[in-house]
Amino acid sequence: MTITEKIIARHSGKDSVVPGEFVECSVDLVLANDITGPLAIEEFEKVGAKKVFNPEKIVLVPDHFTPCKDIQSAELVKKLREFSKKYGVRFYEIGKAGIEHALLPEEGLTKSGDFIVGADSHTCTYGAVGAFSTGMGSTDIASAMITGRVWIKVPSSIKFVYKGKKNKYVGGKDLILYTIGKIGVDGANYKSMEFTGEIIRNLPIDDRFTMCNMAIEAGAKNGIIEVDEITLMYFEETGIFPADIIKSDEDTFYEDVIEIDVSDIMPQVSAPHLPSNSKNVDEYVDVRIDQVVIGSCTNGRITDLRRAASILNGHTIHSEVRCIIIPATQKIYQQALKEGLIDVFLTAGCVISPPTCGPCLGGHMGVLGEGEVAIATTNRNFIGRMGHPKSYVYLSGPEVAAASAIKGKIIHPDRI
Amino acid sequence: MIKGKVWKFGDNINTDDIIAARYLNTTDEKQLASHCLETIMPDFAHKVQKGDIIVAGNNFGCGSSREHAPISIKGCGVSVVIAKSFARIFLRNSINIGLPVIELSEADNIEQGDVLEIDFENGIIKNITKNTSYTFPKYPEFLQDIIKNGGLIQWVKARYIK
Repeated sequence: MTITEKIIARHSGKDSVVPGEFVECSVDLVLANDITGPLAIEEFEKVGAKKVFNPEKIVLVPDHFTPCKDIQSAELVKKLREFSKKYGVRFYEIGKAGIEHALLPEEGLTKSGDFIVGADSHTCTYGAVGAFSTGMGSTDIASAMITGRVWIKVPSSIKFVYKGKKNKYVGGKDLILYTIGKIGVDGANYKSMEFTGEIIRNLPIDDRFTMCNMAIEAGAKNGIIEVDEITLMYFEETGIFPADIIKSDEDTFYEDVIEIDVSDIMPQVSAPHLPSNSKNVDEYVDVRIDQVVIGSCTNGRITDLRRAASILNGHTIHSEVRCIIIPATQKIYQQALKEGLIDVFLTAGCVISPPTCGPCLGGHMGVLGEGEVAIATTNRNFIGRMGHPKSYVYLSGPEVAAASAIKGKIIHPDRI
Repeated sequence: MIKGKVWKFGDNINTDDIIAARYLNTTDEKQLASHCLETIMPDFAHKVQKGDIIVAGNNFGCGSSREHAPISIKGCGVSVVIAKSFARIFLRNSINIGLPVIELSEADNIEQGDVLEIDFENGIIKNITKNTSYTFPKYPEFLQDIIKNGGLIQWVKARYIK
């Protein structure tokens, strides 16, 4: 079996499972946010549920429209707060929190071998620490909050093997954008993406979060990476011990094995309006931009901020560009402050946003007007994703975004 | 039996196309319905009639897990969504909230304005305009059970809440 199959089998009380089989699994963690949580709570109340299966295993994180952008979003967060008080579930207030998929691992809530569901499509992020984690809708989450169980169809797996020599400025974002470009936005629909190979073994944990985070952009049920020394070091920082180390069997069946030689991959940029429109950055140079966003559950971690700062240090943001930096959590913000990164950003002329999903989904804190163009380290560039239906989002990693902020056009970081 | 007129869409219709995030500060079905598919077809919500049918290409509903997407479609009266394939979260959400969805490889043969008649019992779609028909397989037993119960939350109620 694969890691994914082993985790599913264990949580469904079976010795083994096969792809295509429907099983009911017990869950270790259930997540919802300020957009999806209120709908789940409405469903929960509709059927007259009196208690949650385990308050310790339910987490509510208001992160999408927070700090609340309007009265309606304030009402949504109120609903989460009240539910949390009534049923004793975890609630992360702003000022102690951040973007859910950066926050939960940081809080030590996502462990290898866990089965995690969240009412947010980017819940697949936690595969980076060897957990099976997947996004679902509010009704599924309401049901999981009541029963502690969910039904799933066991996914078949695609194994991605990354090898070769990584070029300068190529990180997890570039690898995953390249991969989605190769297989398409439904290239892994219903499937599990297992990321392996020597490149992955040497990839920092934050880059692994970025890769698993975007598995959904290829339609995948989950992304997953085997636990290794790098994961264990991260667990040590977040207080997880002992770690559950699960590996895929060597002779296990994969629906497909895709080898990717990273030697040819340059920093990637995905053009509007699909993440699969990825090419080497040089293919998109001279695209004029109005806004840069560096943040999100994909690329708002400390490694991302360090990389952006390394490019921005000593430079000034282009006079016709707004550059918005969003540390993904309170802790990341504080760390960036300690390391002097915030000072670099402020000196360069960036604006620092509190932790929020904000502009990634066109919510607030940097919405685009008609005809405007942004380059962002976020995960989706669908039509109107960051604002006006006639605005345009290019996706990239933090170095390309930072370099473009200086130049006012999309550019390779080496050309600054 | 469902009968309705077709609204035709292409591949990769994503959840931001179906309901833009700026409208997600509410859970109200009517409000969500009034902005359904607005990003790519601004007058859809006004023109769609009760019972109409959405037919699309591959990967319908990709993107976010927002259940607001199938809710807005159901809310504006659409009776069923037919697509060559669905993104997995959208498919789950639709079944869970009781919006019928059908995977049909021949979806390309159906055009804007065609009138379809759907027989769920026997898995037959009649294209009355084109005088032809297509068949589709039944849902797996497990999902049929959820559908029979009127969606996931009712299924949960029947099994877990006394």
